[in-house]
Amino acid sequence: MEKTVNQKAWFLVLPVFLVVAFSAIIPMMTVVNYSLQDTFGNNQFFWNGVGWFKELLDPSTDLGGRFLASLGRNLIFSAIILAIEVPLGIVIALSMPRTGWQVAACLVILALPLLIPWNVVGTIWQIFGRPDIGLLGYTLNSLGIEYNYVSNAFDAWATVIVMDVWHWTSLVALLCYAGLKSIPDAYYQAAQIDGASRWAVFTAIQLPKMNRVLLIAVLLRFMDSFMIYTEPFVVTGGGPGNSTTFISIELVKIALGQFDLGKAAAMSLVYNLIILIVCWVFYTVMTNAGAARPVKEGAK
Amino acid sequence: MARIDLVDLAHSYGGNSADESTYALKPISMTWRQGGAYALLGPSGCGKTTLLNLISGIITPSRGKILFDGQDVTPLSTQKRNIAQVFQFPVIYDTMTVGQNLAFPLKNRGVPKRDIDARVKEIAQLLDLTPDLNRKATRLTADAKQKISLGRGLVRSDVAAVLFDEPLTVIDPELKWQLRSKLKALHRELDLTMIYVTHDQTEALTFADTVVVMHDGRVVQSGTPAELFEKPAHTFVGYFIGSPGMNIMPAEVKGREARINGHVISLKRSYDVLPSGAKIEIGVRPEFVDIANPAPDLLAAQIERIDDLGRMRFARVRVGDVKFAARVRESFSSADGKCGLIFDAAHVHVYADSRLVEGAP
Repeated sequence: MEKTVNQKAWFLVLPVFLVVAFSAIIPMMTVVNYSLQDTFGNNQFFWNGVGWFKELLDPSTDLGGRFLASLGRNLIFSAIILAIEVPLGIVIALSMPRTGWQVAACLVILALPLLIPWNVVGTIWQIFGRPDIGLLGYTLNSLGIEYNYVSNAFDAWATVIVMDVWHWTSLVALLCYAGLKSIPDAYYQAAQIDGASRWAVFTAIQLPKMNRVLLIAVLLRFMDSFMIYTEPFVVTGGGPGNSTTFISIELVKIALGQFDLGKAAAMSLVYNLIILIVCWVFYTVMTNAGAARPVKEGAK
Repeated sequence: MARIDLVDLAHSYGGNSADESTYALKPISMTWRQGGAYALLGPSGCGKTTLLNLISGIITPSRGKILFDGQDVTPLSTQKRNIAQVFQFPVIYDTMTVGQNLAFPLKNRGVPKRDIDARVKEIAQLLDLTPDLNRKATRLTADAKQKISLGRGLVRSDVAAVLFDEPLTVIDPELKWQLRSKLKALHRELDLTMIYVTHDQTEALTFADTVVVMHDGRVVQSGTPAELFEKPAHTFVGYFIGSPGMNIMPAEVKGREARINGHVISLKRSYDVLPSGAKIEIGVRPEFVDIANPAPDLLAAQIERIDDLGRMRFARVRVGDVKFAARVRESFSSADGKCGLIFDAAHVHVYADSRLVEGAP
């Protein structure tokens, strides 16, 4: 076919280009610009080169110390969240009914926590856990278990983790349920004929067939938990001390509390990069694990 | 290895209380001998898959019994029935190699590893899968996957019967032939009872010794391919089997004569007693009707078109309002499309309400 050259066609791309520029490229470049400078207010900026980045990766400085400590907390938090929510979601999906009105009932109940806004979730748990008036806090303390998320770091972590599990396990469960529903009946029938045990059905059929949705679930939960801000901010405010101060909370403190735009910009760039890299690693590992490696013809 | 008896077997997905006319499978009784190759043939929704699933135990019948070698297996689960089943779409375990797939049923039954390896090797040899034993099963073509599904049934030494549920649906046409002849060879070699569900008459007729034709939840005829061709017990069998299908046309039958549009066709047998009030039709396969130049003693017809099937030519003709197919001899030609039909009396059958009427000799 003859191709016609028509440069006017570029105008058709213009709206998308403008939207992407104003929503992503320009803000991003502004952050890059800030990250290389220092400011003392009054819109006065001084060139600082890669100074902030050097400081950020050096634990002996104030900025580096705070960043690396909160990064560590974030990684531990995400690891715990994934270790609980993924298996729990799978178990819930497996035990859900397959037919009848119970399906709809289960889906609605599961979807409820997902519909609640982040800061409402935080407020619910903040009150729920209070030792004086909260149902959870009061009950635990009257049972003789000392629980106070305001003063005890372990309790604060436990509260934030349980809150996240309550809020987001449904998402994993719903995704897994969709994956399970897409398995044709013939697989179960064949497994029955082959005499497979419940466990064998799970490992040979259900888990491999859920592979794709589990990848999505892990990615979503990792990104969300790694960027968590609102809920712990509402419940613990990052405390006690700095024990639940995650990167995002630290970032807001530096950028808006101290107005250190340079430091905050450098930090947010590194933060962004870490998320991209970890997601890429997850994606590569999980797609390779799912798809069989091509066998060389000569290697038979 | 088993003889399979179906005793008054019926199934309704709507439960026992449903009206019998809505049954997916209407009551049938039949015996399938050990080592036979059977095909269940019928259009979609005729109940053939239901019957297959009843035999394998995937569904429990609303009524009746299934006996394997005289033993009632109706309440037994699929596992305990020693049945192998190959499904329409290949079922393979994605994460396993071909060898692991074949070993799976034995591993689940706690067979010692040494015996498993020996048996898997033997079956792989039989199915020509030996070179692929260490490959991931997901990487293989659809026909190889179907062979794996079959192999998982065959590795068990105690298999009573192998059931096939339209196993060639997703296979490429040229591979279909190969796989079908492979099945045939396996059947001869292993002396297994095989039951093959299909809606493709070629598949059924080439695979089976006995073809069971089903229509609307009922078995309408069970017989050898030749019987189905020469003497269809039901007009449905007549036009479902054969290409083009059997010609069916309303007629008045009396004694040894059938009358169509006032024209008389002589019959080989005598039909003195016909059920009163029934719709009487005659059926004759296109292969047994010849086209000739119009003559006063022949049934007049108008040729609409001639299909050349390679080894044979069939004319589509019209007799009054009824469409008809007939064989065209090489010597025949017609300028104006007018012709006469010559019937082979031995192959003209009489049907009352779609069922074959046996005439007196």
